[in-house]
Amino acid sequence: MAHIGAASEATPQRPRVRLTQHLQHWLPKLALAPTAVMALVGIYGFMIWTGVLSLTGSTFLPSYEFVGFEQYAKLFANDRWVTACTNLVIFGVLFIVSCLAIGCFLAILLDQRIRNEGVIRTIYLYPMALSMIVTGAVWQWILNPSLGLEKLMHDWGWTSFKFDWLTDPDMVIYTIVIAAVWQASGFVMALFLAGLRGIDGSIINAARVDGASLPRIYLRIVLPAMRPVFFSSVMVLAHIAIKSFDLVTAMTAGGPGYSSDLPALFMYAFTFTRGQMGLGAASAMMMLAMLLAILVPYLYSELRGQRNG
Amino acid sequence: MANSVRNSLSTGRLLVYGTLLLACIAYLIPVFIMLVTSFKTTGDIRTGNLMSLPETWTLDAWAKAWSSACTGVECNGVHGFFWNSLKMAVPAVMISTFLGAINGYVFSKWRFRGSDIFFSLLLFGCFLPFQVILLPMAGVLGKLGLANTTPGLVLVHVVYGIAFTTLFFRNFYVAVPDALIKAARLDGAGFVTIFVKILLPMSVPTFMVCFIWQFTQIWNDFLFGVVFASGDSQPITVGLNNLVNTSTGVKEYNVDMAAAMIAALPTLVVYVLAGKYFIRGLTSGAVKG
Repeated sequence: MAHIGAASEATPQRPRVRLTQHLQHWLPKLALAPTAVMALVGIYGFMIWTGVLSLTGSTFLPSYEFVGFEQYAKLFANDRWVTACTNLVIFGVLFIVSCLAIGCFLAILLDQRIRNEGVIRTIYLYPMALSMIVTGAVWQWILNPSLGLEKLMHDWGWTSFKFDWLTDPDMVIYTIVIAAVWQASGFVMALFLAGLRGIDGSIINAARVDGASLPRIYLRIVLPAMRPVFFSSVMVLAHIAIKSFDLVTAMTAGGPGYSSDLPALFMYAFTFTRGQMGLGAASAMMMLAMLLAILVPYLYSELRGQRNG
Repeated sequence: MANSVRNSLSTGRLLVYGTLLLACIAYLIPVFIMLVTSFKTTGDIRTGNLMSLPETWTLDAWAKAWSSACTGVECNGVHGFFWNSLKMAVPAVMISTFLGAINGYVFSKWRFRGSDIFFSLLLFGCFLPFQVILLPMAGVLGKLGLANTTPGLVLVHVVYGIAFTTLFFRNFYVAVPDALIKAARLDGAGFVTIFVKILLPMSVPTFMVCFIWQFTQIWNDFLFGVVFASGDSQPITVGLNNLVNTSTGVKEYNVDMAAAMIAALPTLVVYVLAGKYFIRGLTSGAVKG
């Protein structure tokens, strides 16, 4: 590297040196400029823009005639929005709890010095590489009331078997949970397994020597140490649940009727196909609010944890 | 040692392996069904069931899915959508990764007043529910003349991919000792030289993580594709959804499943070939994103 310094000293042209120095000073900021523009406009500018639209009476075209919080009032008076939000709660809770339970359980099993661990891990995680549209298409076929699982069971001799949740308005949301858990639980397993590998083995060995049983060690020592993994998993899963759009679109398209609707589908339908831009914008803002409601406490605890740690 | 030998024979051990194996089957069944169905004839589907093997193995469903199945009004199969996805994903992955590398370099090694705040503001892009930017983005793409085009989709994916790629590179470069950079600067190396000569050569694993993360994200995206693209620029996910949910004619599950396989193959191949990097991307994306 020394020769570079020597070379620059050998050119005593003052103004040029000052120019390159200036350039060196501005270069890092210049390099960030495209990102700065994209982030400021694409994230924050657009967010505010949607917020503004949600306060207007926009329908097919944006209008800037302000109507206050009328769109929000209309939103919460809308049956379909209430269904979408109720579905999100059912879907979100079941999805998060099932993924955590399955992921954590499989991670603990995989942590028992298993032969071919790599292969098994690969199998558990591959659904995460698939598009939600693919997942939706496959599960739509498997859960097809007359040809899929039901026919399989009939062929295997269980003739009274009936499974028509996909077309049952009261049960359809649970079929979405099944497909979503299939897709994401392996990912939670990977997070928990990484966490388990980070735990100091000597603590476990010491407890073993003291005569504690394996389930007891996991329950009392290992799982409490996994709290950070637990919280980031909940965070990521909740985030997936709120944004869920593809899976439902491919599996049920929100149907029958709008019984499997979710906020993301509602937003799309009202904004882009029904020409109710103001209402769509209001629903988008509510989705943002839901996300912030889980993100802010999470970041707060993360930052506080860092300060204490 | 004696302990582990005894363990490997115990019923507990058998239970563990049994459960893991059952879970493997549960995770594999959908892809098994997808494959088996895609090799069946329509008659086979009616007479057999999900798990039965095809009477005659045929690639007809694949051929039809690729070139003549109906996706709405048109009946050209999904091959056009497939190429659209490729034309969209390759430049979008390249550009967002390149920008992420530069950003990560600045945010870790050339910090200035306010750069940390800027970084945190950018990170929010990892959490953003995209519904909140769809409307203005549609308007802006229209103004730019990019509505319903592949370059438009590339732009959208770059804008919303940068948060993740920057995060990956920043976290990687933070671990590179600052002393190395200082020494190079004393030697007269500038912003560009340090990046090209010192940091880039050591960033290959991070580039892999970024490429794979971005490729799966962009290839699998549906929302942007369905909102910002029209017929001849729609990606494969939209094509597949149109095919599966088309209401005309008799439903052909063999064609649906062949099309689903076509849509899934690129990311599956990446996963099998570079699973290590895929997992690293997922987990490092999850820690903060």
